[in-house]
Amino acid sequence: MPGDLKGEAIAIAVVTGALILVLPLVIGTYTLTVLAIYGMLGLSLGLIWGFGGILCFGQAAFFGLGAYAYAISAINIGESTIPMFLAVLVPAVFAVFLGAMMFYGRLNDVYLGVITLVVTLILFKVINSTAGPQYMIGNARLGGFNGIPGFQTLNVPGRPDAYIWGDSYFYVCAVLLGFVYLLVTVLLRSSFGRIAVGIRENEVRMSLMGYDVRARKTVMFAIGAAIAGLAGGLFANWAEIVTPNLFSLGQSAEIIIWCIVGGLGTRLGPVLGAAGLAYLKFLLGQQAIIDNALVTGLILVLFVLFLPKGVVPALSGLWRASFGRRAPGGIRQRRRSRHREHLNG
Amino acid sequence: MAEVALETQGLTMRFGGVIAANRVDFKLRARELRCLIGPNGAGKSTFFKCITGLQSPTEGEVYMRGIETTGWMPHQIASLGVGMKTQTPNVMDSLSVHENIWLAARRFHDSREADRKTLEIIDLLALGGIARDDLGRLGHGERQRVELGLVAVGDPWLILLDEPAAGLGAEEVERMTAIIHELNRQAALVIVEHDMQFIRSIAETVTVFHQGKVLIEDHVDRVMSDPVVRNVYLGKKS
Repeated sequence: MPGDLKGEAIAIAVVTGALILVLPLVIGTYTLTVLAIYGMLGLSLGLIWGFGGILCFGQAAFFGLGAYAYAISAINIGESTIPMFLAVLVPAVFAVFLGAMMFYGRLNDVYLGVITLVVTLILFKVINSTAGPQYMIGNARLGGFNGIPGFQTLNVPGRPDAYIWGDSYFYVCAVLLGFVYLLVTVLLRSSFGRIAVGIRENEVRMSLMGYDVRARKTVMFAIGAAIAGLAGGLFANWAEIVTPNLFSLGQSAEIIIWCIVGGLGTRLGPVLGAAGLAYLKFLLGQQAIIDNALVTGLILVLFVLFLPKGVVPALSGLWRASFGRRAPGGIRQRRRSRHREHLNG
Repeated sequence: MAEVALETQGLTMRFGGVIAANRVDFKLRARELRCLIGPNGAGKSTFFKCITGLQSPTEGEVYMRGIETTGWMPHQIASLGVGMKTQTPNVMDSLSVHENIWLAARRFHDSREADRKTLEIIDLLALGGIARDDLGRLGHGERQRVELGLVAVGDPWLILLDEPAAGLGAEEVERMTAIIHELNRQAALVIVEHDMQFIRSIAETVTVFHQGKVLIEDHVDRVMSDPVVRNVYLGKKS
């Protein structure tokens, strides 16, 4: 939809700014940081699944690749700027190859799910079995299931001694989340984004109209991977260690649940779903009565049963129904009946 | 060669032991309008799919304006300027009418030009009143018309329509006929149909498919009165 991009950009900036000021009064910035990172990870799947129609069961693979790419290159380089770029680039390139293989091979959705899932498992197994000292990339020992600790964390570009941590690191992550959100907004308003939604709706029709569906889905897949990779790089900095658990199936499943609960086909839904559920998990982690996975599972089941579209679409529907300037039903019906009359002569 | 819009030579499509299209030789001149008829399973839709690249033929060749396009992908063929409407409405249901047509226009024009073309087509097809409605909420006839809009907005020189009049009311058929004549000013058309009255009102030359083969190809009146055609297809009544 053309039009009010400027207004939306301002709204995104204002809301991001307000949240950065207000939220730390309620929740610690250490927790908020990881919520912002998960929000970005949720957004990455929300983009390719909700708007591109690509259900990827292995979004965690790109998250993990981003984290490992950062950690390994940070140890070798000793400065964080290039590693941050690599955290985006490595998963994106990996996704181009994986996506091209799947989309040009005309795999349908089910096999797409299977392959992305298996790739995640393979990465998990491979990284998990690199415990010996012979597994080195440059100066970085992969460390098997113990992961890689002790790498250079984020610093002011060009000044390896000036670490960015604590509150400042939260600001960096939150601003980056706002920035990625804006990029996604711009993307979805562009021709590329609109065509991607068309492909989600009907691949056959779009190819009969002359669009190369395979190439476009591959690009979309890679964009999602790049965003997940950025989130992975940020996560590595936050946790100060990367472990094979980043590639775990549990992580992949969680991302999917975030999207379902938050609302597919919206930008805000996956971000809110991610932050909300991750925060709930954090709270539940402080007690030992109820199991975490049980609650997450229960929430998923309840949403699928009672709110299958997710929180954000339900809320915006409710908002429109109660406060909208015009009751959409009324207008639509009136216009339609007039049209019918017109057709009948 | 430029006068021939579409030509197939010995086009054959086998599915296991079933031969859906059997050595079909077909030739269509530029701006010609041709109807394909034949009983169910005669191979009309398979023939269409082989031409548009949705399936690739087992044997034989397809030429469009003299270029061999056998085995091309659908998007490559569409990019040449070939539009197709499939048998069941094949549209983007949860998008608006405007967005549907815009997406088709955007393939051949930049964003602003696509906006302009979209409005033009919406005007031409009298879709103005429903342009902002989601396509999934509209009736069958309106969806057929929108799909025709998707095809027309690309300014194709070859258009393949699979049952454009199916399920339409009398008035909508009339409108469809007018649209087809409008399209025919620029493009060659191949139309698969069952509605005999509709065929009589638009076609001159008719090709009859039977068991994967071309049974007869002639003027509509002679085809309709041919005893063999009446036997395999029309039944006793028509």
